[in-house]
Amino acid sequence: MQLTKTLLAGTALALLAGGASAMDLTFVSWGGAYQNSQLKAYVEPYVKEHPDVSVTWDESSAEAVAKLRAMNEAGNITWDLVDVVAADAIRLCDEGLAMEYDPDELLAPAPDGTPASEDFGDMIVSDCFIPQIVYSTAVGYRTDMVPEGEDPPSSICDLFDLQKYPGKRALEKRPINNMEWALYCDGVAKDDIYDVLATDEGQERALKKLDTIKSDVVWWNAGADTPQLLADGEVFMGSTYNGRLYSVIEDQHQPVGMLWDMQVFDLDGWIIPAGLPEDRLKAVEDFLKFGTDTQRLADQAKYISYGPARKSSAPLVPENMKQHMPTDPENAKNTLLYNYEFWADYRDDIDAKFQAWLAK
Amino acid sequence: MTDTTQNGPMGGTPPEEKASGPMLAADGRPLKRSLNRALRRQKLRALALIAPLLIFVLVTFIAPIADMLFRSVENDIVSNTLPSTTAELKSWDHTTGQPPSEAVFEDFYFDMFAASEAKQHTRLGTRLNYEDTGVSSMFRSSGRKLDDLGKDYLKALKKIDKRWDDGAFVYSLMQGQGTPDTAVVDHSRTAIHKLTGAETAGDLGFAPSEAVAKLLPDMTRAYTDFAVYTGLVDGKDVAKEDPWESVYVGLVLDLQKADVSGYDGPGADLLKTTKADLGQIPVESLKDFFAKMDKKWIDPDIWATIQTYSPKYTSGYFLNAIDLQLTPDGIKQRDEDQQIYIMLFKRTLFMSLVITFSCIVLGYPVAWLLANLPAAKANLLMILVLLPFWTSLLVRTSAWKIMLQQQGVINDVLVWLGMVDDGHRLVMINNQFGTIVAMTHILLPFMILPLYSVMQGIPPSYLRAAKSLGATNWTAFWRVYFPQSVPGIGAGSILVFILAIGYYITPEIVGGTTGTFISNRIAYHISSSLNWGLGAALGAILLVIVLLLYWAYDRIVGIDNVKLG
Amino acid sequence: MAATSESEAFVAFERVQKSYDGEALVVKDLNLSMPKGEFLTMLGPSGSGKTTCLMMLAGFETATHGEIKLDGVSINNIPPHKRGIGMVFQNYALFPHMTVAENLSFPLEVRKMGKSDREAKIKRALDMVQMGAFAGRRPTQLSGGQQQRIALARALVFEPELVLMDEPLGALDKQLREHMQFEITRLAHDLGITTVYVTHDQTEALTMSDRVAVFNDGRIQQLAPPDILYEEPENSFVAQFIGENNTLEGTVKEITGPRSCTVQLDGGEIIAARPVNVSEPGQRTRVSIRPERVEMNKDRLQEGAHLLKAEVLEFIYMGDIFRTRLRVAGNNDFVVKTRNAPDQVRLKKGETVEIGWLPDDCRALDA
Repeated sequence: MQLTKTLLAGTALALLAGGASAMDLTFVSWGGAYQNSQLKAYVEPYVKEHPDVSVTWDESSAEAVAKLRAMNEAGNITWDLVDVVAADAIRLCDEGLAMEYDPDELLAPAPDGTPASEDFGDMIVSDCFIPQIVYSTAVGYRTDMVPEGEDPPSSICDLFDLQKYPGKRALEKRPINNMEWALYCDGVAKDDIYDVLATDEGQERALKKLDTIKSDVVWWNAGADTPQLLADGEVFMGSTYNGRLYSVIEDQHQPVGMLWDMQVFDLDGWIIPAGLPEDRLKAVEDFLKFGTDTQRLADQAKYISYGPARKSSAPLVPENMKQHMPTDPENAKNTLLYNYEFWADYRDDIDAKFQAWLAK
Repeated sequence: MTDTTQNGPMGGTPPEEKASGPMLAADGRPLKRSLNRALRRQKLRALALIAPLLIFVLVTFIAPIADMLFRSVENDIVSNTLPSTTAELKSWDHTTGQPPSEAVFEDFYFDMFAASEAKQHTRLGTRLNYEDTGVSSMFRSSGRKLDDLGKDYLKALKKIDKRWDDGAFVYSLMQGQGTPDTAVVDHSRTAIHKLTGAETAGDLGFAPSEAVAKLLPDMTRAYTDFAVYTGLVDGKDVAKEDPWESVYVGLVLDLQKADVSGYDGPGADLLKTTKADLGQIPVESLKDFFAKMDKKWIDPDIWATIQTYSPKYTSGYFLNAIDLQLTPDGIKQRDEDQQIYIMLFKRTLFMSLVITFSCIVLGYPVAWLLANLPAAKANLLMILVLLPFWTSLLVRTSAWKIMLQQQGVINDVLVWLGMVDDGHRLVMINNQFGTIVAMTHILLPFMILPLYSVMQGIPPSYLRAAKSLGATNWTAFWRVYFPQSVPGIGAGSILVFILAIGYYITPEIVGGTTGTFISNRIAYHISSSLNWGLGAALGAILLVIVLLLYWAYDRIVGIDNVKLG
Repeated sequence: MAATSESEAFVAFERVQKSYDGEALVVKDLNLSMPKGEFLTMLGPSGSGKTTCLMMLAGFETATHGEIKLDGVSINNIPPHKRGIGMVFQNYALFPHMTVAENLSFPLEVRKMGKSDREAKIKRALDMVQMGAFAGRRPTQLSGGQQQRIALARALVFEPELVLMDEPLGALDKQLREHMQFEITRLAHDLGITTVYVTHDQTEALTMSDRVAVFNDGRIQQLAPPDILYEEPENSFVAQFIGENNTLEGTVKEITGPRSCTVQLDGGEIIAARPVNVSEPGQRTRVSIRPERVEMNKDRLQEGAHLLKAEVLEFIYMGDIFRTRLRVAGNNDFVVKTRNAPDQVRLKKGETVEIGWLPDDCRALDA
């Protein structure tokens, strides 16, 4: 009798202890080198310090908005922290699917005491968005396919110059970035691009410019397409995320060069799904405080060529990586910032026109 | 033995001949009933056997399709988010070219306020942005500034009397005395429930008195919404919370019209002094307030759009899906530079037909070989046919990419053979050709297998008979063998065609711009643009097309002419 | 051999051999000729080569060696559809997607015959098999016997001079089969068609044919009219295969003349027999006696006939005949059939009797 009682009590205790401490969190990210940089820079160090927390990855960031919406409708949110691009964070916030937060409460201040809201500054483009990195969409080209006697391309408008640089181009199969570049190269001042693009005439003008290279464009859907097309020599130049081009150049040693002109900055960061239970929310918040601090974001730049979203992290970025950062002054002479507000409004409209134009 | 059960001459009169009524079974019960009982038990057993499948199909197939069909017409987000506005807007005539009356703006303010508290206004903005570009940001930015007016009013009210800033005081003022007006609370409960989807039944601990509700209708409406939301959705104590800013907007609106002199409930004195000092408050019309936030709010177009999409159900998604548009002035053709879906539907059908046809052309000889080779060789060939099934779809499609691209295997071989100039390599991918090649390869087994099983059932003696009757090889094949293999072609074609029409991964990867299907657009709307209504409408149309083709096929060929084996 | 000479043969197989695998011969050195209008049956157990011969004649198999001639012309290199031979298949092979009339119309259409001619011929062919009312039906809507008639009509409708039939009655029940046997022979004779008929059913072969070719092991064992085949089998295979037969083993003792010899049975008894393929004393032999030729009434035998002792093992009453199983000279399966006549004795089990036969009915064959 006595023995049974002891055993029972022991089991109950063990169960209690296990239930209280073990916390399995599901993080959603993009997979590949980027997810790896997150793992190395902040998830592994955090789990080391908190052995009771374990992290499961779900590589669903590309469909995060649709999946979160479906989960929300089904009333069963299984994700705890979701990595999305800023535009998606805005949409999730609009839909009430992401939780609004107070930066100064949730996030750690900079080492010098600057509150997080100031340290991140404009990067917090939505009340739900916890920025991590700045990346850019830039153009890479085959150095060995530059026509003889020509300099390597140095302007984004070389994309549209088939005379000087014949060969196929790889562009993303959506209007964003392409329309801006087209208008810019059609002579629209950088500051006026979105005003022009908001009008029917401006949209037509952009498509007309794109028409000049349409037959030489291979349209891509996934970020991995352009590096592949460049490596195979299928295209002469193509746009993709700068981190992808970095690995083609530095890891695979392909004869590819970077064209940073008019690179389009974009942000990527976390959102917390709305409606998390109290205990999981607490665990996620605890992780975020650590995972987005100045050192951690700087550490991430060791593993991937994306810039940290905190001002205070910039000086801590390893020297050898600085030249590959989109934010490096040498690279950021002429840049464009993704206009979230504009594209939230015009995405459907311009996309319909863009697709109709593509199909023509 | 059998003699005893038969009505032979020796068997005597059987029981059923003796009875004049219904035939009886051995136990005396009517035969029909016994039979029905026995059959019912059999049917139940059969039903129990198929029940798991039935439930599975119902849950995983029928229900999602029904849900999809429903989504393609569902549109209650507009009336759920803006219930008063849409009701008030009914009488407005958009053809006058004038923005709606102040009353509409007042309703819109209170609706929007509740919606922005519940974070639902941006959803509506996204929904309306499908119809009118730019609405999304209007709703988002205006939602943030809705507080401003109430804050301004409160500042002025506080100058008149500090008590206005006291949540508990406002609570007691709204609670009033005498008969509570439960109708107002119920109305608010329904509205907040529809808005948030949250359960709003239960004890609220607040109900405005009839007198207050009559005297201060706008303030009561705002406060009741606040009370229901705070008490039942947020689960807080209403009396202790500061009211929404919209409550003060309601108060100012009400005081301009109300005669408070006869009122004697709690806070009557304050109402009287405030009414007297109303001149100190910088009252702004709500129309002006919205116009100041965004000029487009006094543009009749936006209101016409809201009015057009007020009904709970809309044909808008379906019209969009066939390049039309539901506008306030009726159904219109979409701008030419936005017309894409009809073209995509046509292309999908055309390419599916081409793919089906190439599957027949390529699969028929293979199936014939399979059916006529000796078993050992046929098995080997069968493995080759089935091989694609064992490889991941993505791998197969990517393999075609490597084969067909300009620096790919086929081009390399052609250049090496000197058949193609190195500078003019063939473009065989990222276009219709690439899609047709890759999809024909992927779908070929679905053609070969039914063809094979039908051909296996055609005895060789038919061909011999035809030849012995004087037919040449070709005539024997064409007039005797081929007609008998038609059911296999039918089954294979239906399979391939229906699979092809809904394919999206392969066209996405190798289709480029001219080789994509309607399903790629559906996928885009489901996972990327999140316009699920339009995606559902496109899917529903695709479903109807398939059913129509099936029906036509049944009419022309006859569905009993389809054999899978 | 038949009375036909090579020159007037309508169908002729000359030294035909057939091998499928290059190792074994399925048909070994086949020689056969038949005159116009003959009804010839190829009879034999399965695997004896009879169907292969038919298929070579139809053109679906090619002869490995030798020549097949039709009306004096070698048809070895003529494709089946140009041979103009009508054929009825085992399972009829009626085209299921065509009506009866369309099935019949098929051979006429491929011969580019005009519509009115076709209709007339189809009607005549259907009337011929009493199926005129079924022209619009599909084969699947017909019974087996009806399908059989249609198959026959289809094989005849284009008026071929030679018709081949490959076990056409195999799928029918007994009664229908007997009826169709009669109809087929009637039609063949009325129309004067040359017919090659393949079957493994000896009754069918005997009742229908002008001549029967008995096949075994890739060879024709005997080619003869039915009565000759039955009464004068040339070897013990034919004797065994055609009808019921009693055999007794022994050794030739003495050849006493061209049509008589004596055989010492293994039990020691000596009987007189007619030598068929034995030529000298000392040869092993099987003597064959038909059950109905065994006589138990001594009065009916010639004088000096050999008599053997027999023990009755079984007596079966079969209505028209009595069937008695006896032990004779060590053979336990010696059967005697006697007519159910008023004076016929009914033997009992265990009884011992003496039996005998005419020496001409007792054929000494190969061992």
